[in-house]
Amino acid sequence: MTGAVPDAAPGTAAAEVAPATRAEVCAVACAEAWRGDGEILASPIGVVPAIGARLARATFAPDLLLTDGEAMLVTGTWAIGGSPGQVEGWLPYRAIFDLIYNGKRHVMMVPSQIDQFGNVNISAIGDFSRPRAALLGVRGAPGNTVSHPVSYWVPRHSPRAFVASVDMVSGVGYDRAAQAGPSAARYHELRRVVSDLGVFDFGGPGHRMRLVSAHPGVTVAEVRAATGFDLIVPDGNVPRTRLPTAAELALIRTVIDPGGARGAEVRG
Amino acid sequence: MGHKLMTTADVVARLRSGMTIGIGGWGSRRKPMSLVRAICRSDLTGLHVVSYGGPDVGLLLAAGKVARLTYGFVSLDSIPLEPHFRAARQAGGLMVTEYDEGMLQWGLYAAACRLPFLPTRAGLGSDVLTVNPGLRTVRSPYDDEELVAVPALRLDAALVHASRADARGNAQFLGPDPYFDDLFCMAADRAYVSCERVVGTAELTAAAPVQTVRIGRWMVAGVVEAPGGAHFTSCDPDYGRDEEFQREYAAAAADPQAWDRFRRSYLDLDEPAYQAAVAARRAARPGAA
Repeated sequence: MTGAVPDAAPGTAAAEVAPATRAEVCAVACAEAWRGDGEILASPIGVVPAIGARLARATFAPDLLLTDGEAMLVTGTWAIGGSPGQVEGWLPYRAIFDLIYNGKRHVMMVPSQIDQFGNVNISAIGDFSRPRAALLGVRGAPGNTVSHPVSYWVPRHSPRAFVASVDMVSGVGYDRAAQAGPSAARYHELRRVVSDLGVFDFGGPGHRMRLVSAHPGVTVAEVRAATGFDLIVPDGNVPRTRLPTAAELALIRTVIDPGGARGAEVRG
Repeated sequence: MGHKLMTTADVVARLRSGMTIGIGGWGSRRKPMSLVRAICRSDLTGLHVVSYGGPDVGLLLAAGKVARLTYGFVSLDSIPLEPHFRAARQAGGLMVTEYDEGMLQWGLYAAACRLPFLPTRAGLGSDVLTVNPGLRTVRSPYDDEELVAVPALRLDAALVHASRADARGNAQFLGPDPYFDDLFCMAADRAYVSCERVVGTAELTAAAPVQTVRIGRWMVAGVVEAPGGAHFTSCDPDYGRDEEFQREYAAAAADPQAWDRFRRSYLDLDEPAYQAAVAARRAARPGAA
């Protein structure tokens, strides 16, 4: 599917194309997380990251590996809820674990809580011994975060999700990785956080979370108000998250998510 | 060479209260549900269950069979959160060992290899080390790396569900993923395999490559033929997950009265009656073929 989608001719069709929705901006922002990753496994959790990963491979990251969500590596670009095309390899769970330790993977997970250093919780809200809300369990988050690049997708940016301190560190943030020593920090790398309000990285002082861009129509004040810790905001104008290109919009709307599943994950 | 065919009741009769029992499969995929259902009906108690958890864990918790749970997650896949697991955790009192998924594999692999532990990076910096204070780190004798030493997870018994098996215990998966079933079997003193169909040894490799015979007879103490035995979890290619049934299970779990009805309809029955109830439910569905 590399290079198969031509850019729209300049000056045509723009008037007929509906403007990008927030979900579409988010999908492109997720896709951008995998830019430059080369020949590694992109593991998206959630609908919008899945759209983003397929979009990235169909456009600017053609060497990415993707699975069918079960145990097959597949080529091509297919629809959310649809059937993928050609199988190119076998990747049962134990091979995924091998690949994690080998480092050739970049996962985008969905945390229930995330703090300013990128510690995340998917295990339990409240006291671990008797949680107020039991969630999934730590899954692969501890191993992922100390083994290969990790990004996060938060479909609903709120002070309940962006918290001062997470209740159970499932995925390791920068402060905890540093405290745990060189073996934890050696391959630890948190790339970016995409929420429905903006894009963030950990480029602030001491690897604190920093606002990289606010989505179109979102103010910095709104982002700050929805964040339960002091977000680092660069001086001067905060960039706007880029809009999807016409080709990206066409891919999202007609090839990757013609059923509109993205709209159910993102408000607005 | 003697065969190892037995009934579900034979397997349950070989288990004891308080045992550490590993359950194969993954989430809501290819779980030995007929064996789990039989344990729920038995008088076994106080089990330590080790699982990449799905409704196997949910049913055993709901039946009050579990004293301790070792897991990396508990999920129904298409329904992310397992309702009985949530209820048990939120009620308190359940002893848990929550591991990274890869740590769980390492624990089983260490037991399978008869090693005291295996080292890994997974867990470092996370609260897995906080909530499991017995976990230790180990310093590499070759450089300055300090890694988590995952202790061997020795099992008294393992229960797995295969697509096919022969009477001597060679067992085959025909679906996309073997999961960690062979590790569960090798980590256990006794492993019991339920399967969709018992076939002759020659049939195992007649239509599928020998690499699908993942479980060798040296790992296996007993074989049970249990068609539909993974229901309502998936057992591709014989059947997919029964999503509608799983939704009914999850909805019933949220309400004590609904759960009583569910239990009477599906769980207070032996396996043939369960399979008949599932078939009747399917036939009664609008548009059923």
